[in-house]
Amino acid sequence: MSKTLTFEEPIIKLREKIKELEEFTNSSEVDLSKEIENLKIRLKNLEEDIYENMDPWERVQVARHPERPTSLDYIGELFEDFIEFHGDRVFGDDAAIVGGIGFFDNKPVTIIGQQRGRDTKENLKRNFGMPHPDGYRKALRLMKQAEKFQRPIICLIDTKGAYPGKAAEERGQSEAIARNLVEMAGLKVPVISIVIGEGASGGALAIGVANQFLMLENSWCSVISPEGAASILWRDASLAKQMAEAMKITAPHLKEMGIIDDIIPEVMGGAHRDPKKQSEFIREALRNSLAAFEGMDGESLIEDRYSKYRNLGVFTE
Amino acid sequence: MIRELFTKHKRKQAITIPSAEAKNDVPEGIMTKCPECKEIILTKDLMKTAKVCPKCDHHFKMTAWERVECLFDEDTFESMDNHLKTENPLNFPSYMEKVASDKEQTGLNEAVLTGTGKIGGIEVAAAIMDSHFRMGSMGSVVGEKITRAVEKATDLGLPIIIFSASGGARMQEGILSLMQMAKTSVALKRHSERGLLFISVMTYPTTGGVSASFASVGDINIAEPKALIGFAGRRVIEQTVREKLPNDFQTAEFQLNHGQLDAVVHREKMKETLSKIIRLHVREEKVHE
Repeated sequence: MSKTLTFEEPIIKLREKIKELEEFTNSSEVDLSKEIENLKIRLKNLEEDIYENMDPWERVQVARHPERPTSLDYIGELFEDFIEFHGDRVFGDDAAIVGGIGFFDNKPVTIIGQQRGRDTKENLKRNFGMPHPDGYRKALRLMKQAEKFQRPIICLIDTKGAYPGKAAEERGQSEAIARNLVEMAGLKVPVISIVIGEGASGGALAIGVANQFLMLENSWCSVISPEGAASILWRDASLAKQMAEAMKITAPHLKEMGIIDDIIPEVMGGAHRDPKKQSEFIREALRNSLAAFEGMDGESLIEDRYSKYRNLGVFTE
Repeated sequence: MIRELFTKHKRKQAITIPSAEAKNDVPEGIMTKCPECKEIILTKDLMKTAKVCPKCDHHFKMTAWERVECLFDEDTFESMDNHLKTENPLNFPSYMEKVASDKEQTGLNEAVLTGTGKIGGIEVAAAIMDSHFRMGSMGSVVGEKITRAVEKATDLGLPIIIFSASGGARMQEGILSLMQMAKTSVALKRHSERGLLFISVMTYPTTGGVSASFASVGDINIAEPKALIGFAGRRVIEQTVREKLPNDFQTAEFQLNHGQLDAVVHREKMKETLSKIIRLHVREEKVHE
């Protein structure tokens, strides 16, 4: 049984009612098929009404849905012969970031993704998808490897932020993130970053200095989580809903502001409703993005990234 | 242990806090109290020591212009991009008012002062953050000014020195603030590719999005003594790990011990140190000019 989000309740109730009537029709003499048809039309309308008009906070809920596909789910669907590579060669292997190589449309690519767990046990292993410096250094190592072998790099962003812990600070969380930003700027291969769930703070950006920055329709990306911003600016984390609106963190908002290159559509109701179908949407977007940079030389790719980020900011001269 | 308790107690007793009356006796601004050792110092004297407490060595916060005065050869610093104006892209209530009030108080257009000048006779570009302006937080204008300073350095083949003093990204500009981390980074990468020098000087405080971008990636990273340097806030970490953190956690000395800094440099030695590093990076043909 899938977890129901509050705003979905009318849909779930109606769906249950239809199921009940269908069972009743099957087990008795009374024919309710006409009523069922009517209810199904109502359900379709209701779904469109609710899912196509999600407010920012509702999208945040979808982005955090426990069954939302993770990096490894998409990797399994999208890449052939994927092989995972571990470790930063300095300290350890951070399970909150996974990476490796595989074929995409018969061409080798490097894939790096932030990895949440699906349950408590896996979340402990994955540190809830909040990387330590070791994770960012592993990511950078794999990016440099990709550059050497001239493979495009695909980054899947899904994190509440870099881990704010003692060990993370001791091993240079700031430096690890900062280093990635600078080094990614100079990569001579195409980089495509996709926010698949949550994308908060420097912890997300550290695998996000890309030639194309895409977002799934119901993902969010921000300088800080809505809860964090609300507690800092309004001294009340319970105002997260209002903050989610104010901060403009959803894909449609960020597209409008010119921060992201494109929105990857989601399955009605959210990616978790049909991960396979969702993977196809991502495949399509990746194909287009990679095609756009095919044959471009290293210097042009660096130049492209430069002009993309150089122009971000709102001020008057 | 017990002795320690007594000595601490004794020290506390030695501190005399002036009564409200006594405070009124001293005209505003003439005396300054050291927040560390509580010593009362003539403000005039404090300026002579580059705002370092003569008793306990505490490095007071400095304004960007005070730093210019301490570091650059006289009358060589030329500021730039003072005309850039902050906008309110997310329409955050009271944001513009806060910016306006900090502008008035600091005389700066934003939380960083940028320009070019000479240190020990050698021309450099510099960006000097000022924590008196919105805690030195980085929004679009701060990112733009730093980027332009780096680009100027790249174009003119100059070293860039960035003095960080910042709580991190400017929340009120949301994602645009986050993207300033990327913007400054792409500019620094280009500067670096030209073989040019970047010295990062971290001062109190260098945290969040600033420490997680340009501040941490100098060719040479130095910091002022006791400067607070770190990614996440102390309280956030304490809540996450549920343990008390050591007293020196996230200080410059802590970062030095953990391999994040090349050196901790006393303010008294800052100009001399920077000058030496810069001289050591001048290409040969320029040395004997």
